[in-house]
Amino acid sequence: MGALQSLHGRPEYLDLAEKTGFSFEQIRVLHERFKQLSHNEETLRRSHFNEIPDLACNPIRAQIIEAFFDRRNYHQNGEGTVEEIGFEEFLVVMSHFRPPSLHMTEEQRENVRREKLRFVFNMHDTDNDGTITLEEYRHVVEELLSRSGALEKETAKSIADAAMLEVASISMGHMEPDEFYEGITFEHFLKLLDGFEIESRMNIRFLNMDTSTLCK
Amino acid sequence: MAVVRSSCGSSARLTAPTCVLLLLLFAFVSVASASRDDAPGGNNETGRAPPEDSHHHHQQTNSSTHHKKAFPVLSFNYEHVRQPFEISLWILLALLMKLGFHIIPRVSNVVPESCLLIVVGLLIGGIIKAIGEKAPMLDSKLFFLYLLPPIILDAGYFLPIRPFTENMGTILVFAVVGTLWNTFFVGGMMYAVCQIEGAQLGGVDLLSCLLFGSIISAVDPVAVLAVFEEIHINELLHILVFGESLLNDAVTVVLYHLFEEFSHADTVTVGDALLGVVCFFVVSLGGIMVGAIYGLLGAFTSRFTSHTRVIEPLFVFLYSYMAYLSAEVFHLSGIMSLIACGVMMRPYVEANISHKSYTTVKYFMKMWSSVSETLIFIFLGVSTVAGPHAWNWTFVIFTVILCLVSRVLGVIGLTYVINKFRIVKLTKKDQFIVAYGGLRGAIAFSLGFLLTNSQLKNMFLTAIITVIFFTVFVQGMTIRPLVELLAVKKKKESKRSINEEIHTQFLDHLLTGIEDICGHYGHHHWKDKLNRFNKAYVKRWLIAGERSTEPQLISFYNKMEMKQAMMLVESGSAAKLPAIVSSMQNIQPRGPARPRAIPSISKSREQEIRKILRANLQKTRQRLRSYSRHDLLIDPFEDGLSEVRFRRQRVEMERRMSHYLTVPANRQEIPSVRKVCFEPEHQVYTYDTDGESLRGRRASHSHPSASDAAGLVNESTRRPDQSGAAEPRAKVPDDQEDQDQLTLSRCLSDPGPNKDEEGGGSFLS
Repeated sequence: MGALQSLHGRPEYLDLAEKTGFSFEQIRVLHERFKQLSHNEETLRRSHFNEIPDLACNPIRAQIIEAFFDRRNYHQNGEGTVEEIGFEEFLVVMSHFRPPSLHMTEEQRENVRREKLRFVFNMHDTDNDGTITLEEYRHVVEELLSRSGALEKETAKSIADAAMLEVASISMGHMEPDEFYEGITFEHFLKLLDGFEIESRMNIRFLNMDTSTLCK
Repeated sequence: MAVVRSSCGSSARLTAPTCVLLLLLFAFVSVASASRDDAPGGNNETGRAPPEDSHHHHQQTNSSTHHKKAFPVLSFNYEHVRQPFEISLWILLALLMKLGFHIIPRVSNVVPESCLLIVVGLLIGGIIKAIGEKAPMLDSKLFFLYLLPPIILDAGYFLPIRPFTENMGTILVFAVVGTLWNTFFVGGMMYAVCQIEGAQLGGVDLLSCLLFGSIISAVDPVAVLAVFEEIHINELLHILVFGESLLNDAVTVVLYHLFEEFSHADTVTVGDALLGVVCFFVVSLGGIMVGAIYGLLGAFTSRFTSHTRVIEPLFVFLYSYMAYLSAEVFHLSGIMSLIACGVMMRPYVEANISHKSYTTVKYFMKMWSSVSETLIFIFLGVSTVAGPHAWNWTFVIFTVILCLVSRVLGVIGLTYVINKFRIVKLTKKDQFIVAYGGLRGAIAFSLGFLLTNSQLKNMFLTAIITVIFFTVFVQGMTIRPLVELLAVKKKKESKRSINEEIHTQFLDHLLTGIEDICGHYGHHHWKDKLNRFNKAYVKRWLIAGERSTEPQLISFYNKMEMKQAMMLVESGSAAKLPAIVSSMQNIQPRGPARPRAIPSISKSREQEIRKILRANLQKTRQRLRSYSRHDLLIDPFEDGLSEVRFRRQRVEMERRMSHYLTVPANRQEIPSVRKVCFEPEHQVYTYDTDGESLRGRRASHSHPSASDAAGLVNESTRRPDQSGAAEPRAKVPDDQEDQDQLTLSRCLSDPGPNKDEEGGGSFLS
C-alpha cells in the first residue's frame, strides 16, 4: 500500500491518524505546513499565526488563532489556554473541520455535529464559564462587522440583543418578567442551530497533495 | 362568468359541474376563434354589418348621392382586434382553468398542475378537432421568443446563489457529461434498434438518431420547476436537478445544431467534431458573457433611477430580455445568458431600487412565468391532438425505455465519480431523486418541431411527445409519494433567523481563516477574495449612495427588524407586548429594583392608536418563503418599508439630539413628554430595535421613566458629571430603548389584560 511507503519511518503518524481520522497523506501535508509556519521549530506560537498574510484581513482572526491555543479543543476536557502548541494539537484542532464520512450512523453524525458546534461555542465563550453571555455575543457581532468601516457600535449591540432574545425565546419559551436569562449554554446553542446543518457546512477540503509551496 | 364569481365567493364549493362548464366555455370560445381564423377576411364586415349600413354603403357607391348616410350608432368590426382579442382570450381562459384547479383541493394534491393543464389542452384539442377546425400548434418561434424567457428569467433572478455555487461542480458534471452521455447512448441504441428487421425503421440513419438523441436527452427546466416546486424537496436536491436543467441548454444547443448541420453534409470528419467541442465552449461562455454584460449594464442603470422609481422594474425586464435575444442572434445559449444576467444584476439592483419596485419586479416575474407555464402546458396538450403523428410501436417504446435506462445509468456512474470530489457525498436516495427528476418537457417538443426532415419528423415528434407525457404524468405524479416513502429530507420550513445569519457569516470567515492556515487556496478563499473585490470596487460603481458600504449582516438585520416591528403592530394586541418586552429585560443584567409605576393609558387612547396603526399599515398574511410560483412570500411591510426607514432615521436623529439634554435622574417629565407627542404619524413610524419603544413612548408620559437619562448617560462618555447618577445603574442596560421597554413592562404587566403569552415566540420566530 502506498500509504506505508510514505510513512518514511514515522510510526507516530499511525497514532495521530487514529486519533484524528486523517489519512497519512493528509497528515504529511499538514506536517509540512506546520513546519513551514513554525520556521522548522517544534512548536507554534501566536506570533507565527500573525505572520500569515492572508489571515490579516479576516475579521475574526483573533478568535481563530485563540481557538488553536484553547485547551478545550484538544478533546481532553482541559481548560485554559497554552502559549505554544505542537503538531499534535495543531492536528487535533484541524480535525474539527473534517467532513463526516459517507457511511455514518445517525448517532455518529450527531456526535460530529456536537463536536463542531462545541468548537464554535468555545470560540464564542471566551471566558470559559460554559455560557455565552450577552457581552460575549456582542463582541462576536462587533468583530464580524469590524471590517465594514464606519460602524455604529449601537447597531452591533442591537443585532446581538435581537439574537440573544431569539435564543432566549427558543430555549426558554415564555419567561416571567423577573426571570433573567443568564446566557447561552451549550444545550441552548445546540437547539438554536438545530436546522443549521453544521456537519455539512463546517468542512474544508484537506488535500492529499502538497501544494503549500504554491501559496504563502 | 357569474357562476364562477358566485361560487368563488362561497369559499371553494366549486364542484365538478361548474368546472365542466368552464371547460365547455373555453372550448366554445376557442373553437369560435379557430373558426374565425379560417373565415375569409371580407366576410366579417359585410356579413355582420347591420343592414342599414350596407344599404347606405351601397347607396353611396351607387352614387345616388343626396341621401345623408345615417350615423352608425353601433357597428361590428372584429377583424380590427382579432389577433390581440384571441391572444387575450386564450390567456384569460387558461388562467381561469388554473383558478379552477386550485379551488378543487383534492385533485391538486394528487396530480401536479402540469398534468392537469396538459389534460385540459388535450380536451380542447379534441373538441376543436371533433368540430373539424384546425387547432393552433405550439409554434417554435412563439415558444422560444415569448413563452420560455419569462420562466427562465424568473428562475435565474431568484436562483439561490449559495447552494448553486457550492454545488457548481456537481451541477456542471451532470449537465454537460450527463447530457452528452444521454445523447450518445440513446442515439446509438436507437440506431441499433432501427437496424432490427421488421421494425420498418430502415430509413433512419445514424445522424438522425443522434439528432433525435440530442433533442430528447436534455432535462427540461419548465417541467422540473413545475413538478419540483410542489414537493418542497430539500435545497440540495432541488438545486442539483434544477441547475442541471438550466445549464444543459448550452450542450443541447450545440449538439442540436451540430447534428443538424452534419445530417445535411455528406461526410463528417474529426475536424468537424473538434469544431463542435470548440463551439460548445463558445456557446456557453459567450452566452454567459453576454448575459453578464447586460446584467452589469442593468445594475449600472439602476444606480441612477432614484428620481424615476416608476420605470425601475422595466429596466430589469428589458435588459434581461435583450440579453436573451442578443444571445439568440449569435446562436449562443440564450438560457445561460438570461441566467447570467439575472444573477449578475440582482444584488446591485436590489440595493438600488425602492421596495415598491422590488415588489413589482418580483410579482411581475412570477406572474409572467406563471402565465407562460400554463400556456405552454395547454398548448402542449393541444398540439398533441392537432399534430400529424406517425406512430411506430418499436420506436416509441424503445425511446421511453432507453431514456429511463440512460438517465439512471448516467446518474449512478457520474455520482460515483463526483463523490470522490465532494465533501458532502450524495447518498443513494439523493441519486434516486436526481435520476427520477429528470423530466422532459416543451423544449424537446419545440426543438423537434423545428426539424426540417418531414418524414422522420412526425415519427420523432410522436416519440418525443410520448416521452414527455410519460415523464410528466408518471414521474411527475409519483414523485411526491416516493419522496414521502423514501423520507427524503424536505425543505427547511423556518424563516432565516438572525442567529443563523450571524453564524453563516461567522462560518464563512472561520473556514476562510482555516484554509489560509492550512495553506491551500480553496473554495472559501476564492469566495472571500471575490467578496472583497466586490465590496471594494464593484459595489462602489453599481450601488447608489451610502448603501454601497452597508455590510450584509446589517442590511439583513434592518430587514428583519422592520419585519418584526410591522408584524408586531399588525398583530395589534398590546397584550402580547409584556411577554416580549419582559424578555428584553430578561437578558439584561439585573439592575437594582425600581419603584413600580402606575399605568394610566386610557382604553380609548389605546383604541385610537390601534385604529391609526391599522389604517396605516396594510394587513397581509405571512407565508412561507419559497421560490414557487404557487405561494409567494407576501411581505406585510413592503409598502411602508422605505417610509419607515426614513422616519426611523429621522427619529433616531431626534433622539440623538435629545441626548444632549442633561436631565438629572429625578426630573424626567421633560424629555419623556417631549417624545410622546401624540401625532399619529410619528407614533406609527417610531419603530426602534424591537418595536416596543412605540408603546414605550406612549406609556412613558404618564410616569417618570426614571432611568431614561441614566440610560443616555451610559452611552456617551462626554458627560462625566452624570456619572454619579450612572453609578447605581451601572448594571442597567445602556440602550435607550431598553429603558422604555422596562418601564413598559412594569406598567403593563401589572393589571393589564395579559391575555396571551405566546407573544415572545411569534415575535421572534
